[in-house]
Amino acid sequence: MAASDVKLLGARPSPFVNRVQVALNLKSIDYEFIPQNLADKSELLLKSNPVHKKVPVLIHGGQPISESLVIVQYVDEVWSGPPSLLPADPYDRATVRFWAAYIDEKWSPLVRNLINATDEQSKAAAAEKVFEGLKLLEDAFVNSSKGKGFFGGEKLGFLDVVLGCYLGWVRAGEIITGLKILDETKTAALVGWAERFTSNKAVDGVIPEPEELANFMKMQARAAAAADASSK
Amino acid sequence: MAEEVKLFRTWSSGYALRIVWALKLKGIEYETIFEDLTNKSPSLLQYNPIHGKVPVLVHDGKPVCESLVILEYVDETWKHNPLLPQDPYEKSMARFWANFGDDKLMKSIWQLFIAREKDQDVAAVEALENLKLVEEQLKGKKFFHGETIGYLDLAFGWFADFVSILEEIMSLKLVDGERFPHLSSWIQHFMDAPVIRDCWPPRDKMIIKYQVMREKYLAAATPK
Repeated sequence: MAASDVKLLGARPSPFVNRVQVALNLKSIDYEFIPQNLADKSELLLKSNPVHKKVPVLIHGGQPISESLVIVQYVDEVWSGPPSLLPADPYDRATVRFWAAYIDEKWSPLVRNLINATDEQSKAAAAEKVFEGLKLLEDAFVNSSKGKGFFGGEKLGFLDVVLGCYLGWVRAGEIITGLKILDETKTAALVGWAERFTSNKAVDGVIPEPEELANFMKMQARAAAAADASSK
Repeated sequence: MAEEVKLFRTWSSGYALRIVWALKLKGIEYETIFEDLTNKSPSLLQYNPIHGKVPVLVHDGKPVCESLVILEYVDETWKHNPLLPQDPYEKSMARFWANFGDDKLMKSIWQLFIAREKDQDVAAVEALENLKLVEEQLKGKKFFHGETIGYLDLAFGWFADFVSILEEIMSLKLVDGERFPHLSSWIQHFMDAPVIRDCWPPRDKMIIKYQVMREKYLAAATPK
Protein backbone atom coordinates (compact mmCIF):
# COMPACT_ATOMS: atom_id res chain seq x y z
CA MET A 1 0.00 0.00 0.00
CA ALA A 2 1.67 3.21 -1.17
CA ALA A 3 2.25 5.70 1.62
CA SER A 4 0.59 8.42 -0.45
CA ASP A 5 -2.65 6.45 -0.42
CA VAL A 6 -2.96 6.79 3.35
CA LYS A 7 -2.72 10.20 4.93
CA LEU A 8 -3.33 11.21 8.52
CA LEU A 9 -4.19 14.78 9.38
CA GLY A 10 -3.13 15.20 12.96
CA ALA A 11 -1.43 17.05 15.76
CA ARG A 12 1.20 15.38 17.92
CA PRO A 13 -0.24 16.22 21.36
CA SER A 14 -3.66 14.80 20.56
CA PRO A 15 -4.32 11.39 22.14
CA PHE A 16 -7.03 10.86 19.54
CA VAL A 17 -4.50 11.31 16.74
CA ASN A 18 -2.06 9.06 18.61
CA ARG A 19 -4.67 6.28 18.58
CA VAL A 20 -4.72 6.26 14.80
CA GLN A 21 -0.92 6.36 14.61
CA VAL A 22 -0.62 3.36 16.93
CA ALA A 23 -3.32 1.46 15.02
CA LEU A 24 -1.57 2.08 11.70
CA ASN A 25 1.76 1.08 13.24
CA LEU A 26 0.28 -2.14 14.64
CA LYS A 27 -0.94 -3.01 11.17
CA SER A 28 2.41 -1.98 9.62
CA ILE A 29 0.72 0.47 7.29
CA ASP A 30 2.82 3.19 5.71
CA TYR A 31 1.19 6.56 5.86
CA GLU A 32 1.90 10.23 5.45
CA PHE A 33 1.47 12.28 8.61
CA ILE A 34 0.34 15.80 7.77
CA PRO A 35 0.69 17.93 10.90
CA GLN A 36 -2.11 20.44 11.42
CA ASN A 37 -2.06 23.84 13.07
CA LEU A 38 -5.29 23.80 15.02
CA ALA A 39 -5.13 27.53 15.67
CA ASP A 40 -5.13 28.17 11.92
CA LYS A 41 -6.93 25.29 10.24
CA SER A 42 -5.85 24.25 6.78
CA GLU A 43 -8.10 24.09 3.73
CA LEU A 44 -7.45 20.36 3.62
CA LEU A 45 -8.66 19.85 7.20
CA LEU A 46 -11.75 21.99 6.71
CA LYS A 47 -12.56 20.15 3.50
CA SER A 48 -11.90 16.71 5.00
CA ASN A 49 -13.82 17.20 8.24
CA PRO A 50 -16.29 20.01 7.55
CA VAL A 51 -18.67 18.88 10.30
CA HIS A 52 -16.28 19.02 13.28
CA LYS A 53 -13.11 20.60 11.80
CA LYS A 54 -11.04 18.42 14.14
CA VAL A 55 -8.18 15.97 14.01
CA PRO A 56 -7.61 13.11 13.48
CA VAL A 57 -8.79 12.65 9.92
CA LEU A 58 -7.65 9.60 7.99
CA ILE A 59 -7.68 10.07 4.24
CA HIS A 60 -7.59 6.72 2.47
CA GLY A 61 -7.61 6.68 -1.32
CA GLY A 62 -8.91 10.24 -1.19
CA GLN A 63 -11.81 9.40 1.18
CA PRO A 64 -11.76 11.11 4.58
CA ILE A 65 -12.80 9.39 7.80
CA SER A 66 -13.13 11.27 11.09
CA GLU A 67 -13.51 10.44 14.80
CA SER A 68 -10.72 8.39 16.33
CA LEU A 69 -12.83 5.40 17.40
CA VAL A 70 -14.47 5.28 13.95
CA ILE A 71 -11.06 5.50 12.26
CA VAL A 72 -9.46 2.75 14.38
CA GLN A 73 -12.35 0.39 13.59
CA TYR A 74 -12.06 1.33 9.90
CA VAL A 75 -8.34 0.53 9.94
CA ASP A 76 -9.09 -2.82 11.56
CA GLU A 77 -11.74 -3.65 8.96
CA VAL A 78 -9.90 -2.51 5.84
CA TRP A 79 -6.56 -4.05 6.79
CA SER A 80 -8.20 -7.11 8.24
CA GLY A 81 -5.11 -9.30 8.44
CA PRO A 82 -3.40 -9.94 11.76
CA PRO A 83 -3.08 -8.46 14.21
CA SER A 84 -6.81 -7.93 14.70
CA LEU A 85 -7.51 -4.93 16.87
CA LEU A 86 -11.05 -5.84 17.83
CA PRO A 87 -11.91 -9.33 19.11
CA ALA A 88 -13.74 -11.71 16.79
CA ASP A 89 -16.64 -12.61 19.07
CA PRO A 90 -19.62 -10.18 18.94
CA TYR A 91 -20.00 -10.14 22.73
CA ASP A 92 -16.33 -9.34 23.25
CA ARG A 93 -16.60 -6.64 20.58
CA ALA A 94 -19.58 -5.14 22.40
CA THR A 95 -17.56 -5.20 25.62
CA VAL A 96 -14.60 -3.30 24.16
CA ARG A 97 -16.93 -0.79 22.47
CA PHE A 98 -18.72 -0.26 25.78
CA TRP A 99 -15.45 0.47 27.58
CA ALA A 100 -14.22 2.74 24.78
CA ALA A 101 -17.41 4.79 25.12
CA TYR A 102 -17.00 4.85 28.92
CA ILE A 103 -13.38 5.99 28.64
CA ASP A 104 -14.18 8.84 26.25
CA GLU A 105 -17.55 9.95 27.57
CA LYS A 106 -17.21 9.41 31.31
CA TRP A 107 -13.64 8.84 32.47
CA SER A 108 -11.55 11.28 30.42
CA PRO A 109 -13.71 14.31 31.37
CA LEU A 110 -12.98 13.35 35.00
CA VAL A 111 -9.25 13.50 34.29
CA ARG A 112 -9.67 16.86 32.61
CA ASN A 113 -11.59 18.15 35.64
CA LEU A 114 -8.77 16.97 37.89
CA ILE A 115 -6.09 18.66 35.81
CA ASN A 116 -8.09 21.90 35.65
CA ALA A 117 -9.03 21.95 39.35
CA THR A 118 -8.03 25.25 40.87
CA ASP A 119 -8.27 24.61 44.62
CA GLU A 120 -7.26 21.70 46.88
CA GLN A 121 -10.84 20.76 47.74
CA SER A 122 -12.07 20.41 44.18
CA LYS A 123 -8.78 18.70 43.25
CA ALA A 124 -9.34 16.06 45.95
CA ALA A 125 -12.96 15.53 44.90
CA ALA A 126 -11.97 15.26 41.24
CA ALA A 127 -9.15 12.83 42.10
CA GLU A 128 -11.60 10.58 43.96
CA LYS A 129 -13.78 10.33 40.87
CA VAL A 130 -10.79 9.57 38.65
CA PHE A 131 -9.70 6.77 40.98
CA GLU A 132 -13.22 5.29 41.06
CA GLY A 133 -13.16 5.17 37.29
CA LEU A 134 -9.71 3.64 37.27
CA LYS A 135 -10.91 0.87 39.57
CA LEU A 136 -13.58 0.00 37.01
CA LEU A 137 -10.96 0.04 34.27
CA GLU A 138 -8.67 -2.13 36.39
CA ASP A 139 -11.47 -4.74 36.65
CA ALA A 140 -12.11 -4.44 32.93
CA PHE A 141 -8.41 -5.04 32.31
CA VAL A 142 -8.30 -8.12 34.50
CA ASN A 143 -11.38 -9.57 32.79
CA SER A 144 -10.24 -8.67 29.31
CA SER A 145 -6.57 -9.65 29.50
CA LYS A 146 -7.26 -13.10 30.99
CA GLY A 147 -3.85 -13.15 32.64
CA LYS A 148 -1.97 -11.79 29.63
CA GLY A 149 -0.28 -8.42 29.25
CA PHE A 150 -2.83 -6.32 27.39
CA PHE A 151 -6.56 -5.67 27.18
CA GLY A 152 -6.28 -7.47 23.84
CA GLY A 153 -4.55 -10.45 25.47
CA GLU A 154 -1.06 -11.32 24.21
CA LYS A 155 -1.05 -8.42 21.79
CA LEU A 156 -2.32 -4.83 21.80
CA GLY A 157 -5.97 -4.52 20.89
CA PHE A 158 -8.59 -1.83 20.50
CA LEU A 159 -8.93 -0.99 24.19
CA ASP A 160 -5.17 -0.84 24.69
CA VAL A 161 -5.02 1.75 21.91
CA VAL A 162 -8.06 3.67 23.19
CA LEU A 163 -6.93 3.93 26.81
CA GLY A 164 -3.19 3.74 26.24
CA CYS A 165 -3.07 6.87 24.14
CA TYR A 166 -4.35 8.85 27.14
CA LEU A 167 -1.25 7.89 29.12
CA GLY A 168 0.65 10.97 27.96
CA TRP A 169 -2.11 13.20 29.32
CA VAL A 170 -2.28 11.14 32.51
CA ARG A 171 1.46 11.54 33.11
CA ALA A 172 1.26 15.24 32.25
CA GLY A 173 -1.64 15.49 34.69
CA GLU A 174 0.53 13.92 37.38
CA ILE A 175 3.16 16.60 36.79
CA ILE A 176 0.61 19.41 36.86
CA THR A 177 -1.36 18.22 39.91
CA GLY A 178 1.50 16.64 41.85
CA LEU A 179 -0.75 13.60 42.32
CA LYS A 180 -0.11 10.00 41.36
CA ILE A 181 -2.99 9.08 39.07
CA LEU A 182 -1.72 5.63 38.10
CA ASP A 183 -0.85 4.33 41.52
CA GLU A 184 0.43 0.79 42.11
CA THR A 185 -1.22 0.75 45.53
CA LYS A 186 -4.60 1.39 43.88
CA THR A 187 -4.52 -0.11 40.39
CA ALA A 188 -1.45 -2.33 40.22
CA ALA A 189 -2.54 -4.21 37.10
CA LEU A 190 -3.05 -0.99 35.16
CA VAL A 191 0.36 0.32 36.26
CA GLY A 192 2.01 -2.80 34.82
CA TRP A 193 -0.09 -2.52 31.68
CA ALA A 194 0.83 1.14 31.23
CA GLU A 195 4.54 0.33 31.25
CA ARG A 196 4.08 -2.48 28.74
CA PHE A 197 1.95 -0.27 26.49
CA THR A 198 4.33 2.65 26.49
CA SER A 199 7.34 0.48 25.70
CA ASN A 200 5.63 -1.34 22.84
CA LYS A 201 7.22 -0.90 19.41
CA ALA A 202 4.02 0.41 17.84
CA VAL A 203 3.79 3.16 20.45
CA ASP A 204 7.42 4.19 20.24
CA GLY A 205 7.78 7.87 19.36
CA VAL A 206 4.04 8.47 19.07
CA ILE A 207 3.01 9.92 22.41
CA PRO A 208 4.91 13.09 23.30
CA GLU A 209 6.89 13.17 26.56
CA PRO A 210 4.84 14.12 29.65
CA GLU A 211 6.84 17.31 30.22
CA GLU A 212 6.12 18.47 26.68
CA LEU A 213 2.42 17.71 27.10
CA ALA A 214 2.31 19.40 30.52
CA ASN A 215 3.76 22.57 29.00
CA PHE A 216 1.33 22.35 26.12
CA MET A 217 -1.61 21.98 28.51
CA LYS A 218 -0.43 24.90 30.63
CA MET A 219 -0.15 27.03 27.49
CA GLN A 220 -3.65 26.04 26.45
CA ALA A 221 -5.01 26.87 29.91
CA ARG A 222 -3.35 30.29 29.79
CA ALA A 223 -4.74 30.95 26.31
CA ALA A 224 -8.22 29.92 27.44
CA ALA A 225 -8.00 32.13 30.53
CA ALA A 226 -6.84 35.06 28.38
CA ALA A 227 -9.69 34.51 25.93
CA ASP A 228 -12.10 34.39 28.86
CA ALA A 229 -10.73 37.58 30.37
CA SER A 230 -10.79 39.48 27.09
CA SER A 231 -14.36 38.46 26.33
CA LYS A 232 -15.72 39.87 29.61
CA MET B 1 -30.86 -24.02 20.24
CA ALA B 2 -33.27 -22.01 22.35
CA GLU B 3 -31.91 -18.54 22.83
CA GLU B 4 -32.96 -16.24 25.60
CA VAL B 5 -33.14 -12.59 24.70
CA LYS B 6 -34.37 -9.94 27.11
CA LEU B 7 -34.62 -6.21 26.61
CA PHE B 8 -34.79 -3.78 29.50
CA ARG B 9 -36.49 -0.59 28.39
CA THR B 10 -38.87 2.17 29.38
CA TRP B 11 -42.12 3.02 27.62
CA SER B 12 -40.69 6.25 26.21
CA SER B 13 -36.94 5.81 25.68
CA GLY B 14 -35.92 6.53 22.11
CA TYR B 15 -32.63 4.74 22.77
CA ALA B 16 -34.48 1.56 23.72
CA LEU B 17 -36.73 1.88 20.66
CA ARG B 18 -33.65 1.45 18.49
CA ILE B 19 -33.26 -2.04 19.87
CA VAL B 20 -36.97 -2.87 19.70
CA TRP B 21 -36.87 -2.02 16.00
CA ALA B 22 -33.62 -3.89 15.38
CA LEU B 23 -34.91 -7.07 17.02
CA LYS B 24 -38.21 -6.84 15.16
CA LEU B 25 -36.50 -6.19 11.81
CA LYS B 26 -34.42 -9.32 12.40
CA GLY B 27 -37.45 -11.30 13.56
CA ILE B 28 -35.91 -12.13 16.92
CA GLU B 29 -38.14 -13.23 19.78
CA TYR B 30 -37.43 -11.50 23.04
CA GLU B 31 -38.87 -10.73 26.44
CA THR B 32 -39.48 -7.10 27.39
CA ILE B 33 -38.87 -5.79 30.87
CA PHE B 34 -40.25 -2.31 31.41
CA GLU B 35 -38.32 -0.28 33.94
CA ASP B 36 -39.34 2.65 36.07
CA LEU B 37 -36.15 4.68 36.21
CA THR B 38 -37.21 6.33 39.46
CA ASN B 39 -37.30 2.85 41.00
CA LYS B 40 -34.76 0.71 39.17
CA SER B 41 -35.04 -3.04 39.45
CA PRO B 42 -32.21 -5.03 41.04
CA SER B 43 -31.85 -6.83 37.70
CA LEU B 44 -31.20 -3.60 35.82
CA LEU B 45 -28.62 -2.51 38.37
CA GLN B 46 -27.00 -5.92 38.21
CA TYR B 47 -26.84 -5.93 34.40
CA ASN B 48 -25.81 -2.28 34.04
CA PRO B 49 -24.02 -1.40 37.25
CA ILE B 50 -21.98 1.44 35.77
CA HIS B 51 -24.74 3.50 34.19
CA GLY B 52 -27.99 1.97 35.50
CA LYS B 53 -29.67 2.97 32.25
CA VAL B 54 -31.82 1.48 29.55
CA PRO B 55 -31.66 -0.11 27.11
CA VAL B 56 -29.88 -3.26 28.22
CA LEU B 57 -29.99 -6.34 26.04
CA VAL B 58 -29.41 -9.60 27.87
CA HIS B 59 -28.54 -12.47 25.54
CA ASP B 60 -28.30 -15.88 27.20
CA GLY B 61 -27.60 -14.16 30.50
CA LYS B 62 -24.91 -11.80 29.18
CA PRO B 63 -25.74 -8.07 29.26
CA VAL B 64 -24.92 -5.55 26.52
CA CYS B 65 -25.30 -1.85 27.32
CA GLU B 66 -25.32 1.42 25.34
CA SER B 67 -27.81 1.47 22.47
CA LEU B 68 -25.37 1.99 19.57
CA VAL B 69 -23.15 -0.77 20.96
CA ILE B 70 -26.20 -3.02 21.26
CA LEU B 71 -27.23 -2.25 17.65
CA GLU B 72 -23.85 -3.44 16.36
CA TYR B 73 -24.01 -6.48 18.65
CA VAL B 74 -27.45 -7.41 17.30
CA ASP B 75 -26.24 -6.91 13.74
CA GLU B 76 -23.11 -9.03 14.26
CA THR B 77 -24.91 -11.80 16.16
CA TRP B 78 -27.91 -12.20 13.85
CA LYS B 79 -26.40 -11.61 10.45
CA HIS B 80 -29.56 -11.77 8.28
CA ASN B 81 -31.26 -8.50 7.26
CA PRO B 82 -28.09 -6.52 7.91
CA LEU B 83 -28.50 -3.08 9.48
CA LEU B 84 -25.01 -1.72 8.82
CA PRO B 85 -23.42 -1.45 5.37
CA GLN B 86 -20.82 -4.10 4.57
CA ASP B 87 -18.32 -1.72 3.00
CA PRO B 88 -15.88 -0.42 5.65
CA TYR B 89 -16.04 3.17 4.41
CA GLU B 90 -19.85 3.21 4.34
CA LYS B 91 -19.86 1.59 7.77
CA SER B 92 -17.56 4.34 9.08
CA MET B 93 -19.88 6.98 7.69
CA ALA B 94 -22.80 5.32 9.44
CA ARG B 95 -20.95 5.28 12.77
CA PHE B 96 -19.84 8.89 12.27
CA TRP B 97 -23.38 10.15 11.62
CA ALA B 98 -24.86 8.11 14.47
CA ASN B 99 -22.36 9.79 16.80
CA PHE B 100 -23.26 13.16 15.30
CA GLY B 101 -26.93 12.45 15.91
CA ASP B 102 -26.37 11.65 19.57
CA ASP B 103 -23.61 14.16 20.37
CA LYS B 104 -24.52 17.22 18.32
CA LEU B 105 -28.03 17.00 16.93
CA MET B 106 -29.75 15.68 20.04
CA LYS B 107 -28.03 18.21 22.30
CA SER B 108 -28.92 21.15 20.05
CA ILE B 109 -32.55 20.04 19.66
CA TRP B 110 -32.81 19.66 23.42
CA GLN B 111 -31.24 23.08 24.04
CA LEU B 112 -33.87 24.58 21.77
CA PHE B 113 -36.62 22.64 23.50
CA ILE B 114 -35.74 23.93 26.96
CA ALA B 115 -34.75 27.45 25.89
CA ARG B 116 -36.64 30.38 27.31
CA GLU B 117 -38.49 32.38 24.69
CA LYS B 118 -35.84 35.07 24.53
CA ASP B 119 -33.11 32.46 23.99
CA GLN B 120 -34.96 30.41 21.37
CA ASP B 121 -33.61 32.26 18.34
CA VAL B 122 -30.01 31.63 19.34
CA ALA B 123 -30.69 27.98 20.22
CA ALA B 124 -32.46 27.52 16.89
CA VAL B 125 -29.36 28.57 14.91
CA GLU B 126 -27.30 25.57 15.99
CA ALA B 127 -30.25 23.18 15.74
CA LEU B 128 -30.98 24.31 12.20
CA GLU B 129 -27.32 24.06 11.16
CA ASN B 130 -27.26 20.48 12.40
CA LEU B 131 -30.53 19.71 10.64
CA LYS B 132 -29.07 21.03 7.38
CA LEU B 133 -26.22 18.54 7.68
CA VAL B 134 -28.67 15.68 8.18
CA GLU B 135 -30.77 16.94 5.26
CA GLU B 136 -27.70 16.70 2.99
CA GLN B 137 -27.13 13.10 4.03
CA LEU B 138 -30.61 12.19 2.85
CA LYS B 139 -30.33 13.71 -0.65
CA GLY B 140 -31.31 11.19 -3.31
CA LYS B 141 -32.23 8.56 -0.73
CA LYS B 142 -35.47 7.32 0.79
CA PHE B 143 -33.74 6.14 3.94
CA PHE B 144 -30.21 6.87 5.17
CA HIS B 145 -28.75 3.78 3.51
CA GLY B 146 -30.94 3.81 0.40
CA GLU B 147 -34.17 1.97 -0.21
CA THR B 148 -34.36 -0.03 3.02
CA ILE B 149 -34.24 0.88 6.69
CA GLY B 150 -30.90 0.40 8.39
CA TYR B 151 -28.69 1.38 11.30
CA LEU B 152 -28.77 5.14 10.76
CA ASP B 153 -32.54 5.25 10.42
CA LEU B 154 -32.82 3.46 13.76
CA ALA B 155 -30.21 5.79 15.27
CA PHE B 156 -32.13 8.89 14.12
CA GLY B 157 -35.54 7.32 14.71
CA TRP B 158 -36.11 9.15 18.02
CA PHE B 159 -35.92 12.37 16.03
CA ALA B 160 -38.75 11.45 13.65
CA ASP B 161 -41.15 11.27 16.58
CA PHE B 162 -39.70 13.98 18.80
CA VAL B 163 -39.81 16.68 16.12
CA SER B 164 -43.61 16.71 15.95
CA ILE B 165 -43.84 16.59 19.75
CA LEU B 166 -41.49 19.57 20.07
CA GLU B 167 -43.34 21.44 17.34
CA GLU B 168 -46.69 20.90 19.05
CA ILE B 169 -45.48 21.86 22.53
CA MET B 170 -43.51 24.90 21.36
CA SER B 171 -46.00 25.93 18.64
CA LEU B 172 -43.28 26.28 16.07
CA LYS B 173 -42.34 24.57 12.84
CA LEU B 174 -38.80 23.21 13.01
CA VAL B 175 -38.64 20.84 10.05
CA ASP B 176 -40.62 22.55 7.32
CA GLY B 177 -41.03 20.85 3.96
CA GLU B 178 -39.56 23.76 2.02
CA ARG B 179 -36.31 24.12 3.93
CA PHE B 180 -35.90 20.40 4.67
CA PRO B 181 -37.64 18.46 1.89
CA HIS B 182 -35.54 15.30 2.27
CA LEU B 183 -35.71 15.26 6.05
CA SER B 184 -39.47 15.83 5.98
CA SER B 185 -39.87 13.05 3.50
CA TRP B 186 -37.68 10.70 5.57
CA ILE B 187 -39.73 11.46 8.68
CA GLN B 188 -42.93 10.54 6.87
CA HIS B 189 -41.53 7.33 5.41
CA PHE B 190 -39.96 6.26 8.66
CA MET B 191 -42.93 7.06 10.92
CA ASP B 192 -45.19 4.90 8.74
CA ALA B 193 -42.81 2.09 7.83
CA PRO B 194 -43.87 -1.46 8.68
CA VAL B 195 -42.38 -2.67 11.97
CA ILE B 196 -41.40 0.89 12.89
CA ARG B 197 -44.91 2.31 13.11
CA ASP B 198 -46.20 -0.34 15.52
CA CYS B 199 -43.68 0.59 18.17
CA TRP B 200 -44.14 4.30 18.77
CA PRO B 201 -45.02 5.18 22.34
CA PRO B 202 -48.50 6.71 22.81
CA ARG B 203 -48.33 10.27 21.52
CA ASP B 204 -50.61 11.81 24.13
CA LYS B 205 -48.47 10.34 26.91
CA MET B 206 -45.34 11.68 25.21
CA ILE B 207 -46.81 15.17 24.89
CA ILE B 208 -47.67 15.23 28.58
CA LYS B 209 -44.29 13.83 29.62
CA TYR B 210 -42.27 16.34 27.61
CA GLN B 211 -44.54 19.25 28.44
CA VAL B 212 -44.02 18.58 32.14
CA MET B 213 -40.27 18.19 31.63
CA ARG B 214 -40.05 21.45 29.69
CA GLU B 215 -41.99 23.32 32.32
CA LYS B 216 -39.62 22.05 35.00
CA TYR B 217 -36.57 23.23 33.03
CA LEU B 218 -38.12 26.63 32.31
CA ALA B 219 -39.07 27.08 35.94
CA ALA B 220 -35.58 26.15 37.10
CA ALA B 221 -33.89 28.58 34.70
CA THR B 222 -32.71 31.53 36.78
CA PRO B 223 -34.48 34.71 35.71
CA LYS B 224 -32.01 37.46 34.80
